[in-house]
Amino acid sequence: MNLSFDFSFYNWDLISNFILKGLYFSVMLTVVATLGGIFFGTLLAMMRLSGRKWLVVPATIYVDGMRSIPLVMVILWFFLLVPMIIGQPIGAEMSAVITFIAFEATYFSEIMRAGIQSVPRGQMSAGQALGMTYGQNMRLIVLPQAFRNMLPVLLTQTIILFQDTSLVYAIGAYDMLKGFEVAGKNYGRPIEAFVAAAVVYFVICYTLSHLVKRLHKRIAIIH
Amino acid sequence: MAWDWQMFCEDTLDRTVREGCFGTGGDITYLDWMLSAWGWTVSVSLLALLLALVTGVVIGTLRTLPDSKWIVRFGNGWVEIFRNIPLLVQIFLWYHVVPAVFPAMKSMSGFTLVVLALGFFTSARIAEQVRSGIQALPRGQRYAGMAVGFTTWQTYRYVLLPNAFRIIIPPLTSETMNIFKNSSVAFAVSVTELTMFAMQAQEETGRGIEVYMAVTGLYIVSAFTINRIMTFIEKRVRVPGLVAPGAAGGH
Amino acid sequence: MIELKNVSKWYGSFQVLDDCSTHIEKGEVVVVCGPSGSGKSTLIKTINALEPIQKGEIWVNGTPVHDPKTNLPKLRSKVGMVFQHFELFPHLTVTQNLTIAQVKVLGRSQDEARKRGLKMLDRVGLMAHKDKFPGQLSGGQQQRVAIARALSMDPIVMLFDEPTSALDPEMVGEVLDVMVSLANEGMTMMCVTHEMGFARKVASRVIFMDVGGKILEDCTKDDFFGNPDARQSRTKDFLGKILQH
Repeated sequence: MNLSFDFSFYNWDLISNFILKGLYFSVMLTVVATLGGIFFGTLLAMMRLSGRKWLVVPATIYVDGMRSIPLVMVILWFFLLVPMIIGQPIGAEMSAVITFIAFEATYFSEIMRAGIQSVPRGQMSAGQALGMTYGQNMRLIVLPQAFRNMLPVLLTQTIILFQDTSLVYAIGAYDMLKGFEVAGKNYGRPIEAFVAAAVVYFVICYTLSHLVKRLHKRIAIIH
Repeated sequence: MAWDWQMFCEDTLDRTVREGCFGTGGDITYLDWMLSAWGWTVSVSLLALLLALVTGVVIGTLRTLPDSKWIVRFGNGWVEIFRNIPLLVQIFLWYHVVPAVFPAMKSMSGFTLVVLALGFFTSARIAEQVRSGIQALPRGQRYAGMAVGFTTWQTYRYVLLPNAFRIIIPPLTSETMNIFKNSSVAFAVSVTELTMFAMQAQEETGRGIEVYMAVTGLYIVSAFTINRIMTFIEKRVRVPGLVAPGAAGGH
Repeated sequence: MIELKNVSKWYGSFQVLDDCSTHIEKGEVVVVCGPSGSGKSTLIKTINALEPIQKGEIWVNGTPVHDPKTNLPKLRSKVGMVFQHFELFPHLTVTQNLTIAQVKVLGRSQDEARKRGLKMLDRVGLMAHKDKFPGQLSGGQQQRVAIARALSMDPIVMLFDEPTSALDPEMVGEVLDVMVSLANEGMTMMCVTHEMGFARKVASRVIFMDVGGKILEDCTKDDFFGNPDARQSRTKDFLGKILQH
């Protein structure tokens, strides 16, 4: 084994020069895509549950289409198409943000749909019996309950989303993984760089998924 | 904006249009290239699937063994490690780090390393499904297997695994489709599968939309085919009268 | 044939069996009853070691069940067990359910196992259903198949763990009929059940267990039902409650 692992590779200069910027972008991308994804995902879910064909069909095509192609391809598509549509070049980072909102919305919509369907029909009827409109019913009765049922799944999806952000590598956006890669290249120590990347991702994802598990148990008790 | 599908008939070197759209005498057109890239995608995916199924079933089963704390811990650790590191990072680990630790693996091709990375990554997810499938079975099934004199191995072989298998076919279907999608990450280590082809052909020809559409179409065809195959398998193994696990138990 | 000596069992710090001792002779039919939480299901499962015990000894036909060196699969293949929720193997046909353990555990040939299994199936009156899957049968039919499955292993004793309590009332009779005829043929049986009619008809002895996993009564059937004054007050309460119906 001729592995000489250089621990001096890990120092504050490296972190502040290469990693922090990438970490910031990864986290920002995760947060923005989660919020945007939940927003548009809810819209998509409500379209699919509306029972009106002109809403159901496009939403279904959009969701199923997005979900049947690799995320990397979606990233490439948006990077190609968005500048054509708006008529000017945009950076890889901006393109990534738009892509992830559009892509994650489809996953969040499926979670929302399952969540909404998990609320017993009787709740909707009870709301109607009290004279609420469809919108009021959704906003005041169904969605709050649905949201609680699906919170753990939603958070799990966010963790997956955080892992997926590493795929912006395909268009050269500067995320955390890119930060480690560049650092590894600059110092000629790719092994140390990728090991560190793996450890950091693992610690973040493992910790978060444990928190979700605990939350899941608490919710299970309340029910 | 006019579409130019003829570019697929162009030779990849001199960019002249070939008659019949396929290259001859060792030259290849973009169409040739794309089809071979599809072949790589299918090969990577199927081999990784095989590895993931074998490993996943073993690890998932180990995690349900009664009274074997350390084996269960090993299984849990396996799942946590492969599930909490992004696939792309895992691929880089296999490509850069693993051969440095095990010099014997230095001669391995990018293709092999991607199969290993994708296979083990997916094994963690399959292991999770196998575990929850086995644990979803009524406790009495394990007892019943033991009561007729089966050893632990026989109880798994004849009772628990065949039962759990039927429960996990739907999630396995989506996992199989995921493998095909995830194989796209192989571009990062220059395996010339579909996504790699898409990126390179786009750059060489400037015909991004046509190239991406064709590649996307092939991914969709692949996904659809898997879906049909899995539905067929699901129908074939369906047991008459069996609605849900434990339905007969009257819980 | 079966001997339990001072058997105790805990789940963590919670005691489910408390110093239980009893014995079952060849040809005896012993009914175990008691309120829920009295550990009667656990007790019967200790006999073929589906539930391990922490203290005491259990002997089945001269084999020490409590000994970690005992070959449990071999022991279990000689002890038939019928479960509350039937536990037929849902992915196998009725015939396969009857033969699989004969072939894989006893090493019988497929033909021999099939012959033996179908004979038992005929005995419980379900020959017509031999090619069906468990999910296509009623609860009572499933339980009769489960009895046939246990019988095809030629057991030296049969254990029944609340065999009728998951059944719809109209199906209880068909299962009890099979059990009564088994008892009349001299099969050694231990049954956890609340069916006191069954106990009156065929039991040699009745064991009453109370909350906390203690054996409170262990006496002949005639004593149990015919001599209420000699019974403990807990037993009388229990009998009063279940015999009202």
